[in-house]
Amino acid sequence: MPRLRLDVALTLLVLAALALAPLLGFGANHYLTLFARIMILAAAAVSLSFLVGGAGLASLGHAAAMGVGAYAVAILDAHRLTDITIVLPVAIVAAALFSLLTGAIAIRTEGVNFIMITLAFGQMAFFTASSLAPYGGDDGYTLYDRTEIFGLRLMENRLFFHYLCLGFLLFCWGFCAMLLASRFGRVLRAARENPLRVQAVGFAPYPFRLLAYVIAGTLAGLAGVLFANATEFVAPAYMGWQRSGELIFMVILGGLGRLSGAILGAVLFVLLETWLPNLTTHWKMIFGPLLILAVLFMRGGLIGFLGARRG
Amino acid sequence: MSTGLFLVQALNGLQLGILLFLVAAGLTLVFGVMDFINLAHGVQYMLGAYLGAALAAATGSFWLGLLWALPAALIFGLLLEVLVFRHLYDRDHLSQVLATFGVILFLNQAVKAIWGAAPLQVPVPALLEDGVVLMPGLQYPLYRIAVLCAGIATALGLWFLVERTRLGMLVRAGATNAPMVSALGVDIRRLFMLVFAFGAMLAGFAGVLAGPIFSVEPGMGDHVLILAFVVIVIGGIGSIRGAFIAALIVGLTDTLGKSLMPDLMRLFLDPSAARQTGAALASMLVYIAMAAILAFRPRGLFPARSG
Repeated sequence: MPRLRLDVALTLLVLAALALAPLLGFGANHYLTLFARIMILAAAAVSLSFLVGGAGLASLGHAAAMGVGAYAVAILDAHRLTDITIVLPVAIVAAALFSLLTGAIAIRTEGVNFIMITLAFGQMAFFTASSLAPYGGDDGYTLYDRTEIFGLRLMENRLFFHYLCLGFLLFCWGFCAMLLASRFGRVLRAARENPLRVQAVGFAPYPFRLLAYVIAGTLAGLAGVLFANATEFVAPAYMGWQRSGELIFMVILGGLGRLSGAILGAVLFVLLETWLPNLTTHWKMIFGPLLILAVLFMRGGLIGFLGARRG
Repeated sequence: MSTGLFLVQALNGLQLGILLFLVAAGLTLVFGVMDFINLAHGVQYMLGAYLGAALAAATGSFWLGLLWALPAALIFGLLLEVLVFRHLYDRDHLSQVLATFGVILFLNQAVKAIWGAAPLQVPVPALLEDGVVLMPGLQYPLYRIAVLCAGIATALGLWFLVERTRLGMLVRAGATNAPMVSALGVDIRRLFMLVFAFGAMLAGFAGVLAGPIFSVEPGMGDHVLILAFVVIVIGGIGSIRGAFIAALIVGLTDTLGKSLMPDLMRLFLDPSAARQTGAALASMLVYIAMAAILAFRPRGLFPARSG
């Protein structure tokens, strides 16, 4: 019987707190908005952690896949198609297709070039979104309606939306953990450690990596669907490299190599980003050095800092 | 588009390429020699522009400003190296990306706190205020020509330094196989500090030159940084020659694309849509070029590292 690891226990605690928060007096709208942001970005960060920590593919364009999902919602909304039976399949197909096309080229490269080419694809998506004049162009697009679930306007119920986001985060965490533990995940992790040996055993890493890239991108796209619904707004900045950098930051801050780290990192990141501007308008002058100190002194991220042993 | 306009745009493109090369040269060497991703290289360009603007205003002369901004940029680069970067050399690329991202956040905001968020205007030096007649009825600013010449002269100097001197030989050797150079008794850390400080100064130099052409504002380094990364990835990491050629490709593609694309789009779309779509497509062109080149040559055009 494996001992419950500290990082998993802590993450479960955070998730329990999020589940109970609306019932414990944190039900006001501004709290729920903050929680939704935390949970959705955490889900996207988990999918990125699966990609970076699991498959060893450090993508600096993950926000683009998230943005594709968000833009699927916006574009359908402009044509008054808001039911989940249409939105969800379109978003999934769009995010998966985008990841398949960009991944097929990107995964041919390695190391730094992979980081740069994913960044390039992210920028392409960003500029494409800026050119979509009927859907807001540079200024972004405000949704008419949140996505309807079989004709019911459930997403407008803030409590329902809160638990939907929580459920999606749990799903991402569980699904990615399951994938990593599976045979597929073992090949991925082995290819990350030693691609040559994996090839010698008779596996070509490329299709495995590509599939991982598509899965992570699709999950990010789904997070994008929720994000568009949470903010009722979509803008090209959702796809920019700064957002991708923030997602990477959440993953590293929490601790690479642990999916739960991405969740803790996202919680800490969003809380800092929300709280620091209260102190000073120049909060980035505090945030930047914090980031540097975190990288220099917290090797292994929060989880490494907390002393959880690598399994 | 008339020949004259095309000529002007081509010159603008070359000049953007030259500025990009000055930024990318330091980046590619730092990257090549120490395998260190420095996202903060773009803010060094921004700092150069601000230092140049502030010192020019303080001394009342663009030239004195330029003269003082160069050592200031150099010292600042060394300071960053000692304080932050040298602790990151043996870390993985993502940690380097993050820590240097932190430096960007800090410096962009610090610049905003000191000089304000509004763009600074830097006057063109009096000596170079005039225009040059390219064709009858077509003038081109002398300052831009001067930037082009200064950039080409610097590139030639850099080429000489890297290809024809002992120091340059060590730098090239470091880019090809750093552990081997270190094993042969060269203090690679000190070599790197030198390369780093020199690269920071080149980026600062580009920033000072760019001051009178572009607006000097917080975040001006970010766009240049991304383009400079595109340049070094296309050119092949660690290669000065690759950086030069790629910088010209990127500069020309970006500038010509931005002026030609909207016209091209007008063949298919109505004017307002053509302007927006054309501008976006033009911004994408360099990334498309990069993706295409990496798809066929995953290590860039002139990779320096042997493998």
